[in-house]
Amino acid sequence: MAENRYLLNTQLAQMLKGGVIMDVVNVEQAQIAQEAGAVAVMALERVPADIRKQGGVARMSDPDLIKAIKKAVTIPVMAKARIGHFVEAQILQALKIDYIDESEVLTPADEECHIDKTCFEIPFVCGARNLGEALRRIAEGAAMIRTKGEAGTGNVVEAVRHMRTMNREIRQLVNMPVEEVVSFAKNNGLPYELALEVKKLGRLPVVNFAAGGIATPADAALMMQLGCDGIFVGSGIFKSSNPARRARAIVKATAYFNDPEKILEASMDLGDAMPGLDVASMPNEERLAGRGW
Amino acid sequence: MTAVVADSGAIGVLDLQGGVQEHLDHLQRIRIAGRSVKHAADLAGLAGLIIPGGESTCLSRLLDIFGLRAEIEAHYRQGLKLWGTCAGAILLARENVGEAPFFGLIDIAVSRNAFGSQLDSFQCEALAPTVAPEPIPLTFIRAPKIVGTGPDVQVLLSMQDYVAAAEDDRILVTVFHPELTPSLAFHRYFARKCGLHPAGDEKTALDPDWTPQSWIRFGPHV
Repeated sequence: MAENRYLLNTQLAQMLKGGVIMDVVNVEQAQIAQEAGAVAVMALERVPADIRKQGGVARMSDPDLIKAIKKAVTIPVMAKARIGHFVEAQILQALKIDYIDESEVLTPADEECHIDKTCFEIPFVCGARNLGEALRRIAEGAAMIRTKGEAGTGNVVEAVRHMRTMNREIRQLVNMPVEEVVSFAKNNGLPYELALEVKKLGRLPVVNFAAGGIATPADAALMMQLGCDGIFVGSGIFKSSNPARRARAIVKATAYFNDPEKILEASMDLGDAMPGLDVASMPNEERLAGRGW
Repeated sequence: MTAVVADSGAIGVLDLQGGVQEHLDHLQRIRIAGRSVKHAADLAGLAGLIIPGGESTCLSRLLDIFGLRAEIEAHYRQGLKLWGTCAGAILLARENVGEAPFFGLIDIAVSRNAFGSQLDSFQCEALAPTVAPEPIPLTFIRAPKIVGTGPDVQVLLSMQDYVAAAEDDRILVTVFHPELTPSLAFHRYFARKCGLHPAGDEKTALDPDWTPQSWIRFGPHV
């Protein structure tokens, strides 16, 4: 990938800042999302809550479905490839969508290697639980990062954990003398050059969204106040009782994340949120965030 | 009704979604006071307002929901100058091919996503003689094209089969993103259009201190 292509890809993510990216499984949902003010849609066959319930192997979505959704909206279209499945990514690039999510929500195709994203022209967003994971994905060519959270649970606790972990590690890096950076990088699995860049910038060098368990306007504003640049909502919208209204409300709360009165206004009269799952009592093999490294 | 003071010195950036920090960063580089505009009260006394790139549907929904649309129109009628980059240009256009216009304040027709998907986003350089004496780097991201301009609109930059920058006496539109490049030329041009006096040498349109991460100083920190 040429250097200017990577820059253009990080800059598309910059244009999404302050916005909400919504999971959709058909054309009708994509239109509802766009109408509500989504900045992009993630086209997939099943939302994470259903993937979790139904089990089996979750793969890249049917290209026909992605094509139909691409045709139905003017906002950017994203789609998921399995971790390490570079041929699924090649197909998505050939489909000319706008962004690929190399996602732990799908069943990993490779338990050792993520996709070498520098071979692609199309941008990638990847999940991370901590600074090391985020910087390893950036080193592989990701143009945007998101927290992994715990998708399909409607429970924001893991997204908060991942964002706080990243923030804490960045603060440690910023405050440490430069001679300590090598061992900090080694112990936390940080690529050294990128660690120095983060130390200088005081944050990730690319746009960082929150994902995994966001179900309410308050959840979205919470993640924004913790320092995220924007929000992914997976199951939280179309598993709720009034998707169009909830979608609009989450868009409002994300834009006005620092304004409690506006978040209050956005939180009124929404109907039921998606049913949530307790993550603390969830066995490790059911947790999606542990996929990838 | 109190008259807006035209040269009170500040330029606002509509801060609902999109490339807000990038514009604030450029404004600071030309020593113009920048202000994030989230509420109607933030518009008071501004000389100009930038409507940044982002997603135009999202921006239009938020402008309507929180009543900022009518406020911006009212300030425009009282002399506020406007600049729309990319999505902002779509919102300001009188005609949006195949869709309803939003503000409809400048007599241009735009065609959304006219180049295709992100794989068709690109960089190039071109000369806009009215704006700067040297070619300017241009960044197009899922950009619209200006496909028609009315008699009161001046073309500032014409490309193969479309117009990339244009203005009338109160509004500037660019379908590319000067805020994503080291070029300060369009920010200086808009500041002067607002009656302000941007700092720096006209001939050195590129800021050597700018980097692709410069916006981060206005972004969230931990």
